[in-house]
Amino acid sequence: MPQFLLELFSEEIPARMQEGAARDLERLAREGLGEAGVPFGALRAFAGSRRLTLVVDDLPIVQADRVDERKGPRVGAPEAALQGFLRSAGVSGDSLVERDGVWFAMIQRAGRPVADILAGLTQSIVARFPWPKSMTWGSGTLRWVRPLHSLLCVFDRAVAPVEIPGVRVGDLSEGHRFMGPRRPFRARDFDEYREALAGHFVVLDVAERKRRILQGAHALCVARGLELVEDAGLLDEVAGMVEWPAPILGDMDPAFLDLPPEVVRTSMRTHQRYFAVREAAGGRLAPHFLCVANIEAADGGTLISAGNARVLSARLSDARFFWDGDRQVPLEARLEVLKGVTFHARLGTLHQRVERIEALARAISPSVGADPDLAARAGRLAKADLGSGMVGEFPELQGVMGGYYAAAQGEDARVVAAVRDHYKPQGPGDTVPGEPVSVAVAMADKLDTLVGFFAIGQAPTGSRDPFALRRAALGVIRIIFENGLRLSIAGLAELADRWGSGQTPAVLAFFADRLKVLLRDQGRRHDLVDAVFALGDDDLVRIAARLDALAAFLATPDGANLLAGHKRASNILAAEAKKEPVPDGEPARVSDPPEEAALFDALSVARPKIGACLATEDFTGAMAALAGLREPVDAFFDKVLVNADDASVRANRLRLVSWVRDEMGGVADFSLVSG
Amino acid sequence: MTASNPLSFQDLILRLHSFWSARGCVILQPYDVEVGAGTLHPATVLRALGPKPWRAAYVQPSRRPSDGRYGENPNRLRQFHQYQVILKPNPPDMQALYLASLEAVGIDPTAHDIRFVEDDWENPTVGAWGLGWEVWCDGMEVSQYTYFQQVGGLDVFPVSGELTYGLERLALYVQGVDNVYDLAFNDPQSPDFKTYGEVFLENERQFSTFELETADVAVLKRQFEDMERAVPTILAQAGRQGQSLVLPAYDHVLKASHLFNLMDARGSIAVAERQSYIGRIRDLCKACAQAWVALEETAA
Repeated sequence: MPQFLLELFSEEIPARMQEGAARDLERLAREGLGEAGVPFGALRAFAGSRRLTLVVDDLPIVQADRVDERKGPRVGAPEAALQGFLRSAGVSGDSLVERDGVWFAMIQRAGRPVADILAGLTQSIVARFPWPKSMTWGSGTLRWVRPLHSLLCVFDRAVAPVEIPGVRVGDLSEGHRFMGPRRPFRARDFDEYREALAGHFVVLDVAERKRRILQGAHALCVARGLELVEDAGLLDEVAGMVEWPAPILGDMDPAFLDLPPEVVRTSMRTHQRYFAVREAAGGRLAPHFLCVANIEAADGGTLISAGNARVLSARLSDARFFWDGDRQVPLEARLEVLKGVTFHARLGTLHQRVERIEALARAISPSVGADPDLAARAGRLAKADLGSGMVGEFPELQGVMGGYYAAAQGEDARVVAAVRDHYKPQGPGDTVPGEPVSVAVAMADKLDTLVGFFAIGQAPTGSRDPFALRRAALGVIRIIFENGLRLSIAGLAELADRWGSGQTPAVLAFFADRLKVLLRDQGRRHDLVDAVFALGDDDLVRIAARLDALAAFLATPDGANLLAGHKRASNILAAEAKKEPVPDGEPARVSDPPEEAALFDALSVARPKIGACLATEDFTGAMAALAGLREPVDAFFDKVLVNADDASVRANRLRLVSWVRDEMGGVADFSLVSG
Repeated sequence: MTASNPLSFQDLILRLHSFWSARGCVILQPYDVEVGAGTLHPATVLRALGPKPWRAAYVQPSRRPSDGRYGENPNRLRQFHQYQVILKPNPPDMQALYLASLEAVGIDPTAHDIRFVEDDWENPTVGAWGLGWEVWCDGMEVSQYTYFQQVGGLDVFPVSGELTYGLERLALYVQGVDNVYDLAFNDPQSPDFKTYGEVFLENERQFSTFELETADVAVLKRQFEDMERAVPTILAQAGRQGQSLVLPAYDHVLKASHLFNLMDARGSIAVAERQSYIGRIRDLCKACAQAWVALEETAA
């Protein structure tokens, strides 16, 4: 069956845009063929540094004939109106069909050649491709990510009739810039294309490029008793920068190993896109680097390796310049620099932020078991590295460098760890600090940001969260959970509110939302989260414990039945409340009917039990006490008519039903539980 | 590159001159006002604007006072040299021309790893940006390659392709030397052989001290304000053909820009003030760009 092959050949496409470009190409092709009603088989898209490629299998030669129907005048409308309609639809009276008193014209449309449809689709893809950033070049007006040179565009082994000003269209493409024949090649289908590319030193598929990089890199390392430091993000980028990956293991001057390993790795990665390499035994960084060249040089890469090694030396010399220079200046002295750095126009300088964090870390420390003086000290020094040369060069090393500099000036090990780790956790995959001083500073850092931006009316709205407040809140939540900390969020927010903004309720609601999302993501039932949240607690550990106990309880027959009982109670009370106020006060014990007495007795037993369990946060115990209500509640609703004729009997039964609802309501808001 | 006989620093320049001269470029001299980058030469910033075709190449000493290291760092200089090429409109084979120029200075692309790595260039002080790459040779950035999209805040048409070769970096590479001061400036076989250090080390030492420590900040500030005031005044003046005096006005923008760099190097610009200074220079530059375009379009 006919196949369509399209290659958009351009100058080098930024690596970070390639994956998205392949997706967009595939989507646009699917949508376009779908709209045209052209069936197709497999559809694949590829992206690399100089080309986007699309291949669509099993296409028809001609689009199927279609009938479009068009609504006309009503039957019995004036003849002139009908004739006008026929003229505008371009059909004769034979094509009219009557339906529900209205004329419809059946317009026959002959299927177009698919080659034409594909040509139109290609032109529209080129015209509206959603590059994150695009440009014009020369004297043309076409936009592409970088200059677009040519299209290889063949359908059923013939060049498709595409016209794009300034761009060659045909069945030719080019391979690697420097390897192989360096002449254009011809391809009329995907098999020819793929084979020609391989012969011209281009690996089309990014997955294959990655595989070759990893395989080659591992082989080089293993041969020398080394281990590659894997880095998925870097692999993605490097695979987008080469058409013919050629991993090279280069040598680094071992003298640089006295630099912090994070510095060596970051310098390699950010500036040079090298992978770091460590000793297979012991795991320490090895004096080597792994770079992925785009060429297999005749000398086996000796020159390339030496050149790269020299660049790395220059880079690491620069890093050493900062490392040595930075350690000459005490962190405290760097705080002066922060007086000139604005954190946010309405939240003051970084220096003012440091003072807030220092005070807040001290204030939090008793509740997290940290030494207040150490927490304050660490809070004071936490941001000082922002004024250092190394962090100026590598912003991603903030915190890490502060830790090294704090250690170098002899700070307490707990202060060192807190300075280093206070940005943590920086994402869902990051670890959470556990040392109490670190916990205090990490929470102070995040709470100051959160409460500060709430105080100036910059809470996130919709998808807009420019100050990453969601991440900050989630960070605090994870720190609390993973350390089992018993804290009131409202209390923390109050401590952090240096602005007297009174935003605590809003901050609390924001935390509640984040917690719900987190708990939901962990597979907890949405409605149960709501049921527990409705109690207004702000101790996260307690909330989670209650939630787990509730989920376990509802999974039992007692739980499920009691939930039904609760619904019945609520419905009765709601219906009654519409007529007149539900009587308040305690019910009296009546001996008849026995079910009413039994329910009274069961509630009397359960109340102190539940109270005691809740007081000790034994939620499983509280649920067990609730379970004891199941039978009497069921029996009561089965046998006893609440809405009795005698007003005082009815009032007492309503009080009893209220009690059931209230007793359960102390454990969770069952009215929010679905099912 | 033949290791036995690599190009000296000046031969590198001469090769590039003859290469680009053969491709229709006018070979210009460095602009004689202090600038931070070759782009700022009016032969690039102004000529990139307007409809007229233009091809030029020149060396531009580029002054970056904050990068001063007193001649003690083997890789960082407060003044280095850029080789600047502008092709307007950019020819379709501009990448191939660029690669041929590398071969002309002795870099064999089949023995080295040459890569175009995304780098979106922007110069906020002149309201200019473009898309392109850093060009790497074995991991070393040897050039900046940009298709201008805006200059002076104005969209450009036709588009200029700009090449900026870092001459010291390129020479370090070609000569296989690790310290910029050890570069052969002229022919090492010559009896009058000079290293880069013999030519420029003293400049680095003196200017580093002056620019980082002793330049009179109050004077710099006053001069900056003088330049700033002068630009609109000069633009409002008319030449004998009735034209606005864009070129002299632009000189004053360049001077303002350099004075800003000096104040910055002296640490006298607070972080909060930076953006406002850059914005002031950009406004001056925009005014010149608009006047230049008006002039070019009238002439065309």
